Amino acid sequence: MGLRDTLFGRSKQAAPNLDNLFALSTAALTLESELDLVPSGHGGLCFKAGSGEGTLTTDADIKELLNFDETNNKVTLTKDDLGFEWLLVADPDLESLVTRIHSADTSMVEHGLGARLLCAVFGFVPKTPPGEGSLRLVYLLKQGTFYPFAPTGPDQRNNELELRVRSFLSTDLPIEKDLSRWMALWNVPVE
Amino acid sequence: MATTKIETDHKLNVRMFITGLALVALYAIIVSVMISLGVSLVLVIVIAGGLLFSQYYFSDKIAMFSMHAHEVTPQQEPKLHEIVDRLCLLANMQKPRVGVSEMDMPNAFATGRSPSHAVICATRGLMQRLNDEELEAVLAHELSHVAHRDVAVMTIASGVGLLAGLVSRVALFGTMFGGGGRGRGGQNVVLLEMATLLVSMVIYVIAYLLTMALSRYRELAADRSGAILIGKPSVLASALVHVTGDMGRIPRNDLRKTEGMNAFFFAPALAGGTAATLFSTHPSLEVRLNQLAKLEKELNG
Repeated sequence: MGLRDTLFGRSKQAAPNLDNLFALSTAALTLESELDLVPSGHGGLCFKAGSGEGTLTTDADIKELLNFDETNNKVTLTKDDLGFEWLLVADPDLESLVTRIHSADTSMVEHGLGARLLCAVFGFVPKTPPGEGSLRLVYLLKQGTFYPFAPTGPDQRNNELELRVRSFLSTDLPIEKDLSRWMALWNVPVE
Repeated sequence: MATTKIETDHKLNVRMFITGLALVALYAIIVSVMISLGVSLVLVIVIAGGLLFSQYYFSDKIAMFSMHAHEVTPQQEPKLHEIVDRLCLLANMQKPRVGVSEMDMPNAFATGRSPSHAVICATRGLMQRLNDEELEAVLAHELSHVAHRDVAVMTIASGVGLLAGLVSRVALFGTMFGGGGRGRGGQNVVLLEMATLLVSMVIYVIAYLLTMALSRYRELAADRSGAILIGKPSVLASALVHVTGDMGRIPRNDLRKTEGMNAFFFAPALAGGTAATLFSTHPSLEVRLNQLAKLEKELNG
């Protein structure tokens, strides 16, 4: 922020960084070979549906914006208990899942709603259950960084697994370096 | 420490004794410096003593307030109370009050001017990160602080540091106004001022370092007693690994809640590093784990 922004208490809203999303494919290969984790075929995009002009007020608005195909049952829209909207995509092929999430992101950014985007989440499950337990890779759109989230209960997470994922993926993905930003996403609707 | 059946670690006792002795020696130096400067001793002692006493007397309230902790009843936190009850029976000591802080940072503390005014407190982040056995180990460590009367010991120790700080200010004041007329030229006064400042600063640093060293030894002593009390040093070691270092920094808070606002903007609203400063009075994880590993061998051997 510049001096004038500081003086007047203005903060610029960061533009989302979408390019790093495509690095997920190589990361998925590493996760499979090192930790026996494979993509669950589910991904999600979390955003805040605000109020006011130029924002999304109804489901119809959002659906229109995201080129929602009613006949396509692979894409659903839900609202979580914390008031955030989730665009949930199911696609067994990780590449096309990433592409769908990316195009939804791009569409929101084009409509000037980039600031409302919180994160994208991709699910990974053990190849042979129970294995290591399930894992989510969270993509912080503003930072352009990923971090692992491995919930094991309503408010429990497996830090050992998360830190191991970091060590394996640090060459494939831009992993968030500030561990205090590895915020939890309890009851995340992405499987 | 008297009521517990815990064996003493002689080397640790020797180190603590030497640290304490060094503090006393420093105290003697400070007093002689003050007398030579002609400072009103009564005034210094009254101020320092008053501050220290209130810090000691209200230690439970100060700590609870600064950690945003509140006392809890057995109905509110049955598990926590049950663990403390069991440990107090085991150690044959009076049960302290039990508190909880809703902070996400994993931490626990025990405070209070005497075992009968003690309060033992755990943060929500600690309880979420540890299993029951590990939580018990951490609480055993904190109960050892109560049994060792560490609040009293550390108050006395830090009192010396406070005195050193006071002396540095009083001495400087004395040189500037009392000694100013004595000097033949301006240059001498400046030199004297600088020398006094330097000496008092060195004293302050030494006092601070010694207090920190004493604090670290008290932590090791509490680790030891706590581990022996539950009979499983490795469980305390595992708890330490879970709350310090990288794992302690991964939050339990939800990205979408309150602090989640940080995710919308580039610069975080909260500065990092608050947890690190809290642990600076503690020995390094490596030192603590080494001691616990040795203890594990002794207990099993």
